[in-house]
Amino acid sequence: MSAATATVGTTTSAWDRIRSYSPPPRFLPLIVTIALFAGMFGAGSVRYENFGDPQVFLSLMINNAHLIVLAVGMTFVILTGGIDLSVGSVVAMSTMILAKTLQSGWSLPAAILAVLVVSTLLGTVLGLLIHYFDIQPFIATLAGLFLARGVAYLISIESIPINNETFMKWAYEPLTLWSTYWIRWSVVVALVAVVVAAYVLAFTRFGRTVYAIGGNESSAMLMGLRVGAVKVGVYAVSGFCAGLGGLLFALNTPSGNSLHAVGMELDAIAAAVIGGILLTGGRGYVFGALVGVLVLGVIQTFITFDGTLTSWWTRIAIGVLLLVFVVIQRLMTRRQPA
Amino acid sequence: MTDTLIPAPSPAPAPETRHAADRPTALARFLGSTLVWPILALLLLLVVNVVATPSFLNVRIQDGHLYGNVVDIARNSAPVLLVALGMTLIIATRGIDLSVGAIAAIAGAVACTRIVGAADEAAVTTAIMACTWALVVCVLLGLWNGFLVSVLGIQPIIATLVLMVAGRGLAMLVTDGQITTVNNETFSDLATGYVLGLPIASLIAIGMVVAAAVFTRRTALGMLIEAVGINPEASRLAGVRARTIIWTVYVFGGFCAGLAGLIIAANTNSVNANSLGLWIELDAILAVVIGGTALTGGRFSLAGTLVGALFITTLARTIPNVGIPSEANYLFKAVVVVAVCLLQSPRARAALRVRRPATSKGATA
Repeated sequence: MSAATATVGTTTSAWDRIRSYSPPPRFLPLIVTIALFAGMFGAGSVRYENFGDPQVFLSLMINNAHLIVLAVGMTFVILTGGIDLSVGSVVAMSTMILAKTLQSGWSLPAAILAVLVVSTLLGTVLGLLIHYFDIQPFIATLAGLFLARGVAYLISIESIPINNETFMKWAYEPLTLWSTYWIRWSVVVALVAVVVAAYVLAFTRFGRTVYAIGGNESSAMLMGLRVGAVKVGVYAVSGFCAGLGGLLFALNTPSGNSLHAVGMELDAIAAAVIGGILLTGGRGYVFGALVGVLVLGVIQTFITFDGTLTSWWTRIAIGVLLLVFVVIQRLMTRRQPA
Repeated sequence: MTDTLIPAPSPAPAPETRHAADRPTALARFLGSTLVWPILALLLLLVVNVVATPSFLNVRIQDGHLYGNVVDIARNSAPVLLVALGMTLIIATRGIDLSVGAIAAIAGAVACTRIVGAADEAAVTTAIMACTWALVVCVLLGLWNGFLVSVLGIQPIIATLVLMVAGRGLAMLVTDGQITTVNNETFSDLATGYVLGLPIASLIAIGMVVAAAVFTRRTALGMLIEAVGINPEASRLAGVRARTIIWTVYVFGGFCAGLAGLIIAANTNSVNANSLGLWIELDAILAVVIGGTALTGGRFSLAGTLVGALFITTLARTIPNVGIPSEANYLFKAVVVVAVCLLQSPRARAALRVRRPATSKGATA
C-alpha cells in the first residue's frame, strides 16, 4: 500500500510498467509466433513423454537446418515484396552438383565453391530478369524452378551417393553442447546465417534499402537508393542461401538426387509468413523466419510423437496455420494502413 | 464486343488490334497480334517433329476412332487446357490460383473413393454420381479461394497458397493415403473414350473453352472481368460488382481444375494424391503466359491459352521424339518462360526495337 501511494504521480511501479507495457506493433506478429511455438512445445511436453527433452528441440534444429537457411534467403526476397519459387529446385540442383563434382574427383572445397557459385549466379540472373526486364518475380523464378530442376535431371536421373570422407565427418560428427546434448555442424551454419542476415538487414545500407523497397519501391528510387542493385542482390542472396541450404540438406541426406526437395519453396514461404514477415514486403525479421521454421518442425515432431496421426496431417496443419497467420496479417494491415 | 469471339486459333484479329488507330494491312495486323508468336512457335515445334519423324502428322482411323500423334497431343492437352482456361480468367482479374493442382488431386480422390465405395462399382450412375460429388467439392474449394481473395482481400498468391499446401493433405485424407484404383468403364472413358472418333477429353476441354468464350465475349462478362483486372477499385466505383466477379472466376477455376483432375485420374484409373496434377498449376500459368495474357491482368485471350496449352503438350511430345531425354523438358520449359517473358516485357522490346525496323521491313517486303 505504502509503495503504491509513494509512486502515485511521480513514477510508476515496476508492476505497473509491466502491466501497461504493450510491445511495439511491429513486433506483434513475431511475439504471436514465439508464443505459438512455446505453446505447441509446452503442449507436446505435457502430452507426450520425452517431448520436453531439450534434445527434441535440438533435433528439430538439426532436421530443419537447411530450411532455416532457405527461409533466411526467402526473407530478403519477401521483404522487397518479391517471391522466389526456385529455391526448392536449387536445393536439388546443389545436391546434384556436389555429388557429381565429388564423384568426378574434385576436392571438397572446390565442389562446395562450385555449388555456391552456380546457385548465386542463378539467383543473380533471376534478379537481373526481374529488375531490368520488369518480369514479375513469380514468373521469373518459375523459370528458375524449371531450369534448376532441369539441370539436376541433366546431371543425372539417378541418385548419386556422396561418400567424401571429410563431408561425412561434418555430417555425422556430433557437437556436444552440455552433458549428453548435442547438435550438428549444419545447425551452427544455419544459426550463423541467421545472425549474419539479421545484422545485414538491421545495420547495413543494403538491409535498410531492402526494407525501403518493400515499403514503397518508387519512394526508395526517388530517395536515391540503389534500388536496382539491391533488388538483384536479394535474389542473389536467396540463390546463395538455396545453395547453402542444398549443402546442409546433403549433410542430412548424403546423396545427390533430382527429386530432392520437391515443394520445399512452399515450406520456406510458409515459414516466412508464419514468422510474421509481411508478404507485401517491408515488414518482418529474419528471426521470425527462424521461429517459423521451428513451428513447422514442431508440427512434424508432434505427428511423429503421436503415432496415430498420419503424415498428411502435417500439410493440413501447415495450411491451417498459414491461413490463420495470413488472416491476422491482413487484419493488422487493415487496421493500420502502412 | 461481339466481333471478338475467338473460339479457334485462327489468325482472326485479336482484341488488341481494336486499339489500332490507323487501319493497318491484314498482314501487319496479324504480325501485331499477340497470337502470332505462340502460333508460330507451335508451328515451329510441329515442323521440328515432322523433320525428325516424317510421319508425325499422320492421322489414321483405327478401332473406329482417330489415331495418331496429333490426336494424342489433343487428348493429353485436355487437363492443362482446362486448368489454364480457369487460370486465364483468374489472371485477367489480376489474380492467380496456385491451388489448382491440389484441387485436381482432391477431385480425383473424391471421385475414385466414391466409385470404390459404391454398391455397384462398374455402373454408369456410380461414375456420374462420383464425378458430380467431386465437382461439387471443387466448386466449394473455389468458393473458399474466392472468399479469401474477394471478401478478406488477401493477396491471391497467398490466399491460394493455403489450399496448395493443405490440399494434397486433404486429398490424402480422402484416399486414406492409399493409391486408390477404380474399375469403371464410364469413368475411364472420360480420358480414353471416343465419341464420333474424337477423344472425349478433348471434346470436354474444347467445349469448356467455347462455352467460356461465348460467355465472356458474347456478353459483357469478359469486359467486366478485364475492367476488374485493370483497376478493381475504379470498376467498383463504376458500378461493377468486382467482388462477385472475382468470386465467380475462382469458382470457375476450381470447377475447371476439378474436371482436369477427373480426366487425369480416369487416364490411369487410379488416384495418387501425392502426384496427381503435380505442377499442373505451373504448366497452366505457363500456357496462359505463352498465350499472351499478361500476369498483370486486365486483358485475356482464350484462344491464346488454347495455343499455349497445345504448345506445352507438343513440347513434351517433341523432346523424346527428336531423341532428347524427356527429363530435359524442364530446361526447355525454362527457356520458353524466359523467352516469352522477354518478348512481352516492354523494356526488352524497347531494347530490341533499335534493330527491329530493318528486320520487319525485310519480312514484309
